[in-house]
Amino acid sequence: MRRSMLFLPGNNPNMLINADVFGADAVIFDLEDAVSPDEKDAARILVRNALKYMDYGNTEIVVRINSIDENGFWSKDLDEIIPLKPSMIMPTKVTNAEYVKKLSDYMTAIEQKSGIPEGTVKLIPLIETAMGVENAYEIAVADERVVAIFLGGEDLTADLCCVRTKEGDEIFYARCRMVNAARAAGKDVYDTPFTDVNDDEGLIVDAKKAKSLGFTGKASIAPRHVKGINEVFSPTQEEVDYAYEVLEAIETAKKQGKGAISLRGKMIDAPIVLRANQVIAAYESIKGGSAR
Amino acid sequence: MSKLVKNLKEAITLCGLKDGMTISFHHHLRNGDYVLNAVVDEIAAMGIKDINLHASSLFDIHLPVIEHIKNGVITGIETDYISTGVGKQLSQGILKNPIIFRTHGGRPADIISGRSHIDVAFVAAPSSDKMGNITGKNGKSACGSLGYAFADAMCADKVVVVTDNIVDYPMYDYSIPETNIDYVVNVDKIGNPSGIVSGTTKITRDPVGLVMADYAAKVIKASSLLKDGFSFQTGAGGASLAAAKYLKDIMLAEKITGSYCMGGITGYMVDMLNCGCFESLMDVQCFDLDAVNSLRTNPKHKEVSAEHYASPDVKSNLVNSLDVVILGATEIDTDFNVNVHTDSSGCIMGGSGGHSDAAAGAKLTMIIAPLVRARVSVITDRVTCISTPGNTVDVLVTQRGIAINPLRTELRDRLKDAGLPVVDIFDLKKKADSICGEAKIERAKGKVIANVLYRDASLIDTIRMI
Amino acid sequence: MKINEKAAAGTMESSDIYIEVAPGSGGIDIQIDSVVSDRFETSIRNTITEVLSEFGVKDAKIMVNDRGALDCTIRARMETALKRASNGGI
Repeated sequence: MRRSMLFLPGNNPNMLINADVFGADAVIFDLEDAVSPDEKDAARILVRNALKYMDYGNTEIVVRINSIDENGFWSKDLDEIIPLKPSMIMPTKVTNAEYVKKLSDYMTAIEQKSGIPEGTVKLIPLIETAMGVENAYEIAVADERVVAIFLGGEDLTADLCCVRTKEGDEIFYARCRMVNAARAAGKDVYDTPFTDVNDDEGLIVDAKKAKSLGFTGKASIAPRHVKGINEVFSPTQEEVDYAYEVLEAIETAKKQGKGAISLRGKMIDAPIVLRANQVIAAYESIKGGSAR
Repeated sequence: MSKLVKNLKEAITLCGLKDGMTISFHHHLRNGDYVLNAVVDEIAAMGIKDINLHASSLFDIHLPVIEHIKNGVITGIETDYISTGVGKQLSQGILKNPIIFRTHGGRPADIISGRSHIDVAFVAAPSSDKMGNITGKNGKSACGSLGYAFADAMCADKVVVVTDNIVDYPMYDYSIPETNIDYVVNVDKIGNPSGIVSGTTKITRDPVGLVMADYAAKVIKASSLLKDGFSFQTGAGGASLAAAKYLKDIMLAEKITGSYCMGGITGYMVDMLNCGCFESLMDVQCFDLDAVNSLRTNPKHKEVSAEHYASPDVKSNLVNSLDVVILGATEIDTDFNVNVHTDSSGCIMGGSGGHSDAAAGAKLTMIIAPLVRARVSVITDRVTCISTPGNTVDVLVTQRGIAINPLRTELRDRLKDAGLPVVDIFDLKKKADSICGEAKIERAKGKVIANVLYRDASLIDTIRMI
Repeated sequence: MKINEKAAAGTMESSDIYIEVAPGSGGIDIQIDSVVSDRFETSIRNTITEVLSEFGVKDAKIMVNDRGALDCTIRARMETALKRASNGGI
């Protein structure tokens, strides 16, 4: 389970070495905005070498590549990175299904050439335009490689002609639409980073808001925010205890041959069981990883 | 009567300073100090040679001393700390006699017991009256505490106060009294304020440092020592300060009031005092302006001598009542011995300061250091120089895990129960070695250029020329 | 690969390495300045030689200023510098 995804600049050796020490469930090596145009070559070669020689343990690796519309950097990025089998590629400014198809086909060609099973490397499209938000569902179901979609609030507000605020009212619609699209497609969905790196309290408020809307997790551009995001997106001990109680009650009822089950004076119906299973799955997958 | 004399030359002459004698200085003016250079320049101009320089610390502002070493004016150095620039020069073996390194607690113990004799002490004083009642709390060159100067002023044969701020007699709020002062010299400037204290000491923004700081605070929380009456010392390094900040959050959330915070004091400690995290600050040295201002105005912020801070000879001292100390390291070995005197190539770039004193005294001694610095692992098979013996070190905190001294099984269990990433120090070393690649390690084989004395005056290690 | 022009890669930041590659005068010439030369000079030289032979470079002048870069960083910066210096030529 991914609660937190941490962006790290792709051309900074010191950050690449320490990528796995911040407790992020996934790190995103950034070849796009964090790298100036004349260092794109250096960054993709550095990230490729880091993936080849460094041991990142249980930390999932994502590489953010350049947009398909610009300079042909994107295909060079994929040429260098796909053979090293990162968990996911994050394409940027994704607007429609066609974009995803084009990438996926190109990735398939590289995978075949490199002797990697087709579809090994997954996609997490970054949706950060008004058109992209409108097409979120189509993007989420465009290809089997897509395992999640990710909302980028900064570029989106520029496209919407409004100002990005800490409260985030301006992206409320986009957040809801992204969650709905992803859940309809049966995929995960990740929230935009909170960009004031010095505001730890603001981060928690923002992360709680995202969790309440249904996001799976949240990205961060600051290592110090990872801890807060993990806390918000981890099930609380109370939730976990309750989930186990629910499953136990069902077991007991089954043994006793009872149909209807109640717990703490409330009927347990299918959605409650489903939610209990989700909570336990999340809890099991982060056990021992929370203090990393 | 007045003890004021015309200038440094007159004071030196009146003291009867001769070839082969020992002169002493404190380091409260840190990297802004003008006094040490001025005195040594004057001594050189007067043709005096073969001087033993007994300074509580040497900073890079003292680099001009190197010339006086080369021309034979200075032939010996006794100190607790030497900064990188001066250390690099001395590591070439240019000094006639081996350097004697002490600890901040061992130094006053040796001076007061007479094991180490000072002929003339030159005491820089941000404020003095004409009879030599002095303080560091006021004046344009204010440095706060004068903790390291007490033993020198008390025990040197002759004591010269050097000040740039003469106040009316008697200075009622003095730190060191007139009783042992022989002469007072008024100069234009004793130091550069921007080098004496930094404006505001800042918490690190280095994300790796913050990870370590977070672990450090959690270790303290899990140690069972964090309760009302808790006592604490930390360095002024970025990660140590960040650890203090996280600790403050925990103490406020759990409404814990500590007894005292000790050591070099920064604005962060002052902040913790003012927030009610501690009842008092015991201050042997101020690191920034906030600390100086607090020492001047807040009666709960108390100036203490180096002897009271850490001398092993006294009936009780402050380090022995410490619960927790957070310290740094350039190297630590698998026996938990710590080096803070040299870099990994054996070049002098520091010194014990109060490191081994606090480690010996505190119930929990925590070393905090990144596992790898620029391809050099902090963990070695054997440290280049033993500054602090491993049996006084309990925990090593790195960004890749926390290693516990095997002697502390109870602590290890507590940290494991708290869900902290406890790792065997050998495994941590293996991880570092796999990151760095195989290094070729050669030890310096030159002549001995420094004898490192432990706080009880025994020889704990030597440093060789590189 | 032929080195056609002078080019550089990397930075002088801690844990990075700055490498300059220039056309040689009939052979390989490697100059190394490193903050960890006492421990890793041989290792750095070996890595650079390896990357040179991977790309079949036989004539080049290499100037290295290392700030404690790990082996994978040295490989990456070396490859980048070579590719830049060959200017697309093979």
